[in-house]
Amino acid sequence: MSEFVYLYRGGETNRSPERMQQTMQKWMAWFKELGEKGHIKEPGHPLERGGKLVKGKQKTITDGPFAEAKDVIGGYTLVEARDLDQAVELSKGCPIFDVEGAVEVRPVMKM
Amino acid sequence: MEPGEHLFRRESGRMVATLTRIFGVHNLALAEDVVQDAFCRALEVWKFRGMPENPSAWLMVTAKNRALDVLRRERTARTFAPELGRLLESEWTLAPAVEEIFAPNAIQDDQLRMMFSCCHPRLLEEAQVALVLHILCGFSVSEVAAAFVSSHAAMQKRISRAKKVLAGSQKLFDIADSADFAARLPAVLRALYLLFNEGYHGASAESAVRADLCREAMRLAALLREHPLTATPATFALSALMSLHAARLPARLDASGELRSLFDQDRSRWDAHLVEEGQKLLDLSAHGPELTEYHLEASIAWVHATAPSAEDTDWGMIVSFYDKLTAIRTSPVVALNRAIAIAQRDGPQHGLEEIQAIANSERLAGYPFYHAALGEFQFRSGRPDAAREHFRAALALARNAMERRFLEHRLVACQPALSSSVARE
Repeated sequence: MSEFVYLYRGGETNRSPERMQQTMQKWMAWFKELGEKGHIKEPGHPLERGGKLVKGKQKTITDGPFAEAKDVIGGYTLVEARDLDQAVELSKGCPIFDVEGAVEVRPVMKM
Repeated sequence: MEPGEHLFRRESGRMVATLTRIFGVHNLALAEDVVQDAFCRALEVWKFRGMPENPSAWLMVTAKNRALDVLRRERTARTFAPELGRLLESEWTLAPAVEEIFAPNAIQDDQLRMMFSCCHPRLLEEAQVALVLHILCGFSVSEVAAAFVSSHAAMQKRISRAKKVLAGSQKLFDIADSADFAARLPAVLRALYLLFNEGYHGASAESAVRADLCREAMRLAALLREHPLTATPATFALSALMSLHAARLPARLDASGELRSLFDQDRSRWDAHLVEEGQKLLDLSAHGPELTEYHLEASIAWVHATAPSAEDTDWGMIVSFYDKLTAIRTSPVVALNRAIAIAQRDGPQHGLEEIQAIANSERLAGYPFYHAALGEFQFRSGRPDAAREHFRAALALARNAMERRFLEHRLVACQPALSSSVARE
């Protein structure tokens, strides 16, 4: 088994309580399914949309967000899968696709 | 959490009431924003980490932390609740003051304050009910609109106007310290009564909406029963009335989803537990000399709930309760129900006479069940032609598909046996 990071990009910004609740239930169902099949190494966390960017030799500090809304990373999860193909296949169940978001699947580099 | 459970509805009323207490009623909109934000943040975290054991407590903690953020950030730019003003100025007193407001019994009082504040005398009854449903029961504007079969735009307007009135009141209504408490309590009871009625008899066809409204009205009535000042005989009577009616809800629709009248419901499907609870509440309402319309309506509901069948109902007792009710509150609908009880006791002809004697019966002209009752009595008096006319009039006024089908069945029932040639027309 190899490890992969899912980076959740973009998705919903309009947050009404009813929709949020539906969304949460979908995500929980998806996580449950992955977990039961033994693919979740660490469920990860959601991330605040804003923050700081420290950059360059001058260590210039700027306020986030650092990307356009559709590309902002909203959270991450550490998963285990046979190979990249399987990790990609598993990501297809993510509810973020219902709201025009994306999942970036990145293999964790190992020696 | 069960899918479909309305966590936000369940929690937002408490959170908004408490935050409004801190921010002041003029900052109602801010309180609502903070609640939405706290809720959405909590859900975002739960999405990844799973639901905690006690989501309500978590939400309250999140709301509290968000409140502290807002108070720190905006204490120079805004004025918050006047009664807390000083405490909020210094960091030493800020956190303990907020902590105290978030204590469980304080939260309960906040909901009562909000309930009384929503029933502001400057608001029409329907606006009060919409506000209670929106703020205390966490129904979104479209959900309130669905419950009252109104357009989203119209309900949006009604609610935002009502919110303006509420935000314009100096502070939240303090039940322990208001001279007009005695005057406001009946308005609160009335609003809960209307909320329950909307669920029970209302025009919305969707049974889920109806049950939700009844449940919310019962939940808020239970809050009133838990506070010594608001646990009055009238409150118990109203609660009894709700339980005894709610007991019959499971039988109002039969297995095929058709509306069943009291006369042909499967009484074994009535909720025995709620009947028992209603009976207890009715006993509790009997302390003191006060006899309200809720006492009488609850008593009528109790006679029905404990009768083995429509025929074996003590209609005489029901008529006498209606007589007393008429003395307290004359309304054409009460008069109509009284006429129906009289018809049961003395025969359809007497029912007809009673209906014809109703003053202001023109106010009933738009009510489908007025025409249906006339139809029923004519039919039972052996005049199917006249009965059909009335059922047709009722049908034209039906407010949803369920009522329409119910009335169509009645219309068919008083059709003479059709010859095949007529049937083909």
